[in-house]
Amino acid sequence: MAKKEKTPVEQLTYEQAYAELEDVVAVLEATPQSLDEATALFERGQALAKHCAELLDKAELRVRQLTTSEMDKPEEEAEEA
Amino acid sequence: MDQPELFPSTALSVSDLTRYLRQVFESDEVLRDVWVRGEISNFSRPSSGHIYFTLKDSGAALRAVIWKGNALRLRMALREGMSVEAHGAVTIYEPRGEYQIIVDALRLAGEGTLYQEFLRLKARLEAEGLFDPERKRPLPPVPHRIGIVTSPSGAALQDMLNTLRGRYPLAEVILAPATVQGDEAPSEIVAALKTLERQVPDVIIVARGGGSLEDLWAFNDERVVRAIAASSVPVVTGVGHETDFTLADFAADVRAPTPTGAAVIATPDVADIRVQLGVLMERLAGALGAVVDEQRALLETTRYRLQRASPLWQVQTNRQRLDDLSERARRALLTALTLDTAHFHALDGRLRSLDPLAVLGRGYAVVSDAAGKIVRSVKQVQPGESIDVHLADGSLDATVNRRVQRADND
Repeated sequence: MAKKEKTPVEQLTYEQAYAELEDVVAVLEATPQSLDEATALFERGQALAKHCAELLDKAELRVRQLTTSEMDKPEEEAEEA
Repeated sequence: MDQPELFPSTALSVSDLTRYLRQVFESDEVLRDVWVRGEISNFSRPSSGHIYFTLKDSGAALRAVIWKGNALRLRMALREGMSVEAHGAVTIYEPRGEYQIIVDALRLAGEGTLYQEFLRLKARLEAEGLFDPERKRPLPPVPHRIGIVTSPSGAALQDMLNTLRGRYPLAEVILAPATVQGDEAPSEIVAALKTLERQVPDVIIVARGGGSLEDLWAFNDERVVRAIAASSVPVVTGVGHETDFTLADFAADVRAPTPTGAAVIATPDVADIRVQLGVLMERLAGALGAVVDEQRALLETTRYRLQRASPLWQVQTNRQRLDDLSERARRALLTALTLDTAHFHALDGRLRSLDPLAVLGRGYAVVSDAAGKIVRSVKQVQPGESIDVHLADGSLDATVNRRVQRADND
């Protein structure tokens, strides 16, 4: 059976890891697996979940303020009262 | 002095008259619900918490009072000389025979006109369909990138960032700074919005802290309203306090009561995300468990079948069968033997009765001639011959005297 190339878990963003975890669980729950396949899936799932939990724990809000040069110039219409 | 009338009109007491006047005031439609414009003078705020002042203009003066409850809710600081518009009911304070207005709302003079303009603008833009519910887009459940248009130095920004850190720290926040009040504000807000849209955030928050109608006026500006309505990204507004509604709020996809409220509405709570993750992990373990159980059951079945096919099993089974059969055989034999014994005894009886010696015992004799041959007929011997007569206990040596043939034996 051809397996998809799996990205190393650490390289995934939270959203990517979570999405793949959902897929793994769905496959494990729905289709009959050999014990080998099931174990492999489970281990991948565990790695994904652990990665997600770590990302949540370490997450720091990233804040970036646009500089004046990045900003559009405000229109300089004279406004009538 | 006039002569007293023949039927004098009844004189009312002062109280009665005053009470009557009060009732007249309190039932008058205008006096019950009126906005009055004037300048504050004789302002006093004693420890009771009530506020007393006089509203005056060049031609007249009106005493005014704000009771403590309303006074506490005032968002404006009142000063002598301020030009204000006061809303309330005019009534009579009977003990002093003074009329006064009981004020329940206050605004700066000129705000009245501002409010009219607000209503006109609202009606016009509403008619264009800019506030239609159908135009409102749902917010993305998980915003990876959040854009914020607000003053970089205001408390609103800090409040929002703190809220976002607590709720959804996985997000990236892009701040497009803009002045949020004054004449330059509308164009700066519009420019900030347009810039932010190009960064393609998942949601944009437009926010500023509380203030008066004048302070918030930029968010009623037509340019700002149109820019929000035209935004390619869903917009959440959090302008002023809970009770402030600006036209920007009506044009937004979602209105939040405050800047912090906007940050809350725009994001999922990381606590919920953790719960979600936990549930998924449980399902993962459960799913594996199910597979293992299935495999174990399969193993059991196979093991059973294996066992049944094994030689030992066969032996055990055969042994069992053997035991079964021998038991049945034994029983059959027993039965057979029992029958045979009975039969045997019967036969034995018959046999015994046929024993010649037994016959002899009954008195019969066996005769044999001189040659030892058994004599069965009288014709076999002549008179004078020697014969042996065998009896049960011996024999007699005898001689034939005479033969007598039985007649019916021929």
